[in-house]
Amino acid sequence: MSLVQPTSVPKPAPKAQAEAAPDEHATFKGRRLPWLFLAPTLIVLAIFSYYPAVRTLRLSVFRANIIIGNEQFVGLQNFAELLSSPVYHQVILQTLVFVVLVVVFGLLFALGLAWLASKPITGAKFYRLMLIYPYALSPAIAGTLWLFLFNPEIGAVNSILDAVIGVKPRWLDTPFLAFGLVVVAAIWKGLGYNVVFYLAALQNVPAEITEAAEIDGATAWQGFWRVVFPLLSPMTFFLAFTNIVAALFDSFGLVNILTRGGPVYGETGITTFLIYQLYEDGFRNFKTGAAASQAVLMLLLVICIIVLQFRYGNRKVHYGA
Amino acid sequence: MARDLGVSTPGARTLLGRTPRRPLFQPSANPAGRRGRGSFWTHFILIVAVLLVASPLLFALVKATQTGSQVTGPSLVPGLHFLENARAAWVGAGLGRYMLNSGIVAICITTGKTVLSLLAALAFVYFRFPLKGLAFAAVLFTLMLPTELLIVALFDLVSGGLKWANSYAAIIVPFLASATGVLLFRQHFMNIPASLADAARIDGAGPLIFLSRILIPMSWNTIGALAVIQFVSAWDQYLWPLVIMQSDDKQVIQVGLSKLIDIESQNSWGGVMAGAILAIIPPLVVFTVLQEQFSKGFALGQDK
Repeated sequence: MSLVQPTSVPKPAPKAQAEAAPDEHATFKGRRLPWLFLAPTLIVLAIFSYYPAVRTLRLSVFRANIIIGNEQFVGLQNFAELLSSPVYHQVILQTLVFVVLVVVFGLLFALGLAWLASKPITGAKFYRLMLIYPYALSPAIAGTLWLFLFNPEIGAVNSILDAVIGVKPRWLDTPFLAFGLVVVAAIWKGLGYNVVFYLAALQNVPAEITEAAEIDGATAWQGFWRVVFPLLSPMTFFLAFTNIVAALFDSFGLVNILTRGGPVYGETGITTFLIYQLYEDGFRNFKTGAAASQAVLMLLLVICIIVLQFRYGNRKVHYGA
Repeated sequence: MARDLGVSTPGARTLLGRTPRRPLFQPSANPAGRRGRGSFWTHFILIVAVLLVASPLLFALVKATQTGSQVTGPSLVPGLHFLENARAAWVGAGLGRYMLNSGIVAICITTGKTVLSLLAALAFVYFRFPLKGLAFAAVLFTLMLPTELLIVALFDLVSGGLKWANSYAAIIVPFLASATGVLLFRQHFMNIPASLADAARIDGAGPLIFLSRILIPMSWNTIGALAVIQFVSAWDQYLWPLVIMQSDDKQVIQVGLSKLIDIESQNSWGGVMAGAILAIIPPLVVFTVLQEQFSKGFALGQDK
C-alpha cells in the first residue's frame, strides 16, 4: 500500500524491475522459505490493497450507503451520472489546472533553486538546508499556517497590506484568490522534496561538462537550459510523476483545512478537487456508490499516468546506493 | 563550476596583490567580470527565495511567542509567551496526546515497513522459486493503489469487518507493507556482489543470518533513506485517520491540528501557531539525524 507523500508516492521502476530479479543472485535453496519471507508483505497487500480495490470496483456499480448498509445494483449508472454532471466536469477541470500549475511551477522553481544552490558559492550549504527543510511540512500544517497568514481580519498578510497600501483582500472568500492561494501553498509545501532530489541529481552532473560549456562561451542561461536541464531530464520525469500523484491525493489535507473546497464559483467550490469531491460524497453525503465510481475513474487516471511514465519517462533513472 | 579558470585564485591574488579584471589568456567572450556579476545574482536570488520560503514559518514562530492581543495585531516583534501558548495547545487542546499517538504510529509503520520490505527483497533477490514474477508484479501493482483511492472500501473493511475503528491497528496495519521499500531494497541488494551470498552459504549461513549479519550492515544508507520518507509520510497521514479513527484519544496530530484550529482560533492563534511548530519538530529531527544516510541512500544515477 503506497502512501501519499514521498513514501506513498509510487516510484517509477527502472526497466529491469519488470522482471523480478535476474537469477545470478539466487543463492539460497528452499521452496517454502521465500514464500515465508514474502508472506507478511503479500498478506498485508492482499487484505488492505487488493481486497478494497475489488470492493471498490464492485461498489461502483451499486447505489450504496455503507453507514446504513443497503445497496442496490445500478450498473454503470453511477458513472453515467458523474460523467454527465456539470459539477463533476468543473471538478475535473479545476483539478487538472491545479495539477498542471503545481507540477510545472513547482518543478521549475525547485530546479532553478537547486541549480543555484549547487554552485560552489559561499554559504551554499546554508542555502541548501533552508530550501530543503519544507520537506518536514505536512499538507495539514501548511494549511494551518496559511489559514492564519491569510485570515482577512487578523492574518499577518492583511495586517501588512492594510498598513502599507490600505487594502484587505478577502483571500479565502474570493474564488480566484483562494484558488491561487491553494496553488502557491501546494508549491511551497512540495519545494523541499523536489529540491532534495534535484540536488542529488545535480551532484551527479560531472563538473567537466558544465566547465566545458563555460569555456566554449555558453552563458549561464544557455548552460542551464542546454546542458544541465537535458542531463536532469530523467529526474524531471520521475519528479513530475511523484508531483502529479501528490497534487492529486496529497492536496486533500491542505484544501480541507485552508478552504474546505470553497469558495463557490460556477457549479461548485473552486478548490473542490477530485479527491475532495470523493471524500465529500463518501463521508459527508454518504453516497458510497458514487464515491467508489469516482475512485475507479481516478484509478484509471493514475494508470494512464503510469503507462505514460513507463513509455517515455524512465529510461535512465536509477535508485539505490 | 569553472571556479579556477580565471586568474582570481588565492595564489594569484597574493602574487599580484590584486585580482586582474580579466584573465589575460581568455578572449573577451568570457570575461571574469561576468562571473562576478553572476555570483552576485546567484546570492541575491537565493536569499530572496530562502526568505520567501521561510516567511510563513517565521511568521508562525513570531506569532507563537506573542500574547493573544499581539497575535491578532500587525506586530512582528517576538514576545516571551511561547511556553504559555505551547502549554495551551499541548494540555488545553490535547496536542500532547495527539503527538504521542502520531509518534507511536509513525515508529510502528516505519519499523514494520522496513522489516517486511527487507524480508520480501531477500526472497526476490536471493531465491529462485516458481511464480516469482507474478508475486513481484503483485507487489509492484500496488503502487497504483494509494489509500486515498481505496478509502471507501477500506473504511468498510476496517471499521465494519475488522471493528478496528477504536484502535491504533486501524492506522498502522494497513500501511505495514511497502512496494516502494521492496523496490528500493531489491535494487540495493542487486548491487551487492552475488559472491557474498555464495561465500555466506558455503560458510553455512542461512538466509536470515546472511540478512542480519551481512545485508543489513551493508544497507544502513538505504534503510535510513527509506526510514526518513516513511516516517515523514506516516507522520503526515491526514485523510485516513480523519475518517477512520473514532476515539479521540488515539487520534493523530495532523487531525488534532484541525481540531486545535476549531478550539483555539476563537481566542488564541498563538496557541495554534505554537501547535503547528511543535508538530513540525519530530519529522525535522528525523530528517536532520538521518540526513547523511538520506542523501547517500538516494545517490541517484550512480548504479549501473
